Amino acid sequence: MFPPKPKNKKLVYLDHAATTYVDKQVKVAMDPYYTDKFANPSGIYNIGREVNGAINDARKKIAEILHALPDTIIFTGGGTESDNLAIFGTVYKHQEKGKHIISVKTEHHAVLHPLEKLKKQGFEITYLNVNKEGQIDLKELKNALRKDTILISIMYANNEIGTVHPIANIGREILKWRKENNTAYPYFHSDACQAAGVLKLDVEKLHVDLMTINGSKMYGPKGVGVLYKRRGLNIEPMIIGGRQEMNFRAGTENVPGIVGLAKALELTQENKEVENKRLIELRQYFWEELQKNIEKIKLNGSELGDESIRLPNNLNVTFLDIEGEAMLLYLDEYGIVTSTGSACTSGSLDASHVLTSCGLPYEYAHGSLRFTLGKCNTKEDIDYVIKYLPGIVEKLREISPVNLKVKK
Amino acid sequence: MRDTGNTPKIKDKQGNTWLYSDVVKEHFFNPKNLMPQGEEDKFEADGMGRVGSPACGDEMVIWIKIKQDKIIDCKWQTFGCGSAIASTSVLSEMVLENGGMKIEDALKITAKDIIDRLDGLPPNKIHCSVLGDQALEAAIEDWKNRFVVIPTEATRGSEVEESL
Repeated sequence: MFPPKPKNKKLVYLDHAATTYVDKQVKVAMDPYYTDKFANPSGIYNIGREVNGAINDARKKIAEILHALPDTIIFTGGGTESDNLAIFGTVYKHQEKGKHIISVKTEHHAVLHPLEKLKKQGFEITYLNVNKEGQIDLKELKNALRKDTILISIMYANNEIGTVHPIANIGREILKWRKENNTAYPYFHSDACQAAGVLKLDVEKLHVDLMTINGSKMYGPKGVGVLYKRRGLNIEPMIIGGRQEMNFRAGTENVPGIVGLAKALELTQENKEVENKRLIELRQYFWEELQKNIEKIKLNGSELGDESIRLPNNLNVTFLDIEGEAMLLYLDEYGIVTSTGSACTSGSLDASHVLTSCGLPYEYAHGSLRFTLGKCNTKEDIDYVIKYLPGIVEKLREISPVNLKVKK
Repeated sequence: MRDTGNTPKIKDKQGNTWLYSDVVKEHFFNPKNLMPQGEEDKFEADGMGRVGSPACGDEMVIWIKIKQDKIIDCKWQTFGCGSAIASTSVLSEMVLENGGMKIEDALKITAKDIIDRLDGLPPNKIHCSVLGDQALEAAIEDWKNRFVVIPTEATRGSEVEESL
């Protein structure tokens, strides 16, 4: 039957794109702001000013990494909130100039669902197609640009298949269009949640007007995000109340979260070259071992290259004839944590919109597993997975009445 | 890192936490009455029912053997998630206990009976049990068409459609 359960079950966490653990150094940086330095940063007394100073230090640190000015950094309650603020905030403020928005079919739901809502409110949305590697065609983007286009939202890197979009090139095209048409529009937003700890974030080189980052994908805390907003770009706040965050986001600041996010971004950016290289090698080993040990599997997304085309930690694989949730649950029994593009783990019962947008047939999408590696993973972890996964796949194939032909 | 314990906790995208019942887990991790690969023909089934498709995310096949008015053997294969596998497995057990179920009783099995027997399924997994129920009906229908009435293309089509 199934591979015998290990005597010493270990936890092999391979879902870093979902969230990461908080780095110990990050936690140490956050700790003082819970009990000791607890004051409201809006307080003008000494202890309030001190906490306010910590927020502004964090703002400066992040601004430096982004090659931006400190007052362009808006702290929010996470990646989804930053995406929502970027989209709703921009289009509500500038809707007299036009009601057309361009985005991509494979965006995160934090972008797609706001756009669906805007469509109901009379905005027109163009969703760019992607090829089988999840990549857009710049020509299609250029053809989609219109005089009434006010916003373009394209993610930096995809959360499911790790495709890295050429944000700098896209940004240049948009600048060119603006110049040729003598207009300030469209504005360019990029969701960089998956990219923040891995790729270069220089907003001047990327030519973005708005960029989303959050803490929880780069060994920082959950529930805190950043929206970079270029100076001079005015947006409508979505959360109204006090005058925090330059009036763009009301509410007493999540001080430990903000301090933690800045620390996490600093650490991951400092170590990214070394860590990216390590993860790319580890992923390559994992993929080779999978191919050696399991038949009828297919790599989803682009070829396994460097971080200019695919996130270094992302491996998305379809195991033919079986279903992802069943695999996920079995792997969990052995302590191996993954995620799947199968319908069964989505609330909507639809297969992953990312995989199907890449042209993958539904039966392939249902049989996909996403492994996302991270700091804690070693070669021993991969060997542990390879010890159990082939047996699980074999057993589930015995249960399955399906026998698909491999499509390249 | 530390041990995660034995209970698989699943969260759907609406954020609801749910757990598979012990019965679901038992049938998922130790499926009963499975049709071994390559032995489908050797089994010499009196009826076979196939519902769903891998593109939909679930496909179930049930094979039955019938003696007089009773189902005396039942095997299955399922492509699908944990609750789909458990639903088919527990259904085969229900059909075969006490020396086999009468056909008229088997046709009365509802999705709810399967869910109750599994000690409940999460709300977004109810359709898995519905498919099990339909696969069994399709298998019985197939047996009827082969051994009970002489099927014409017209009646066969409409009956199958109705049972689906």
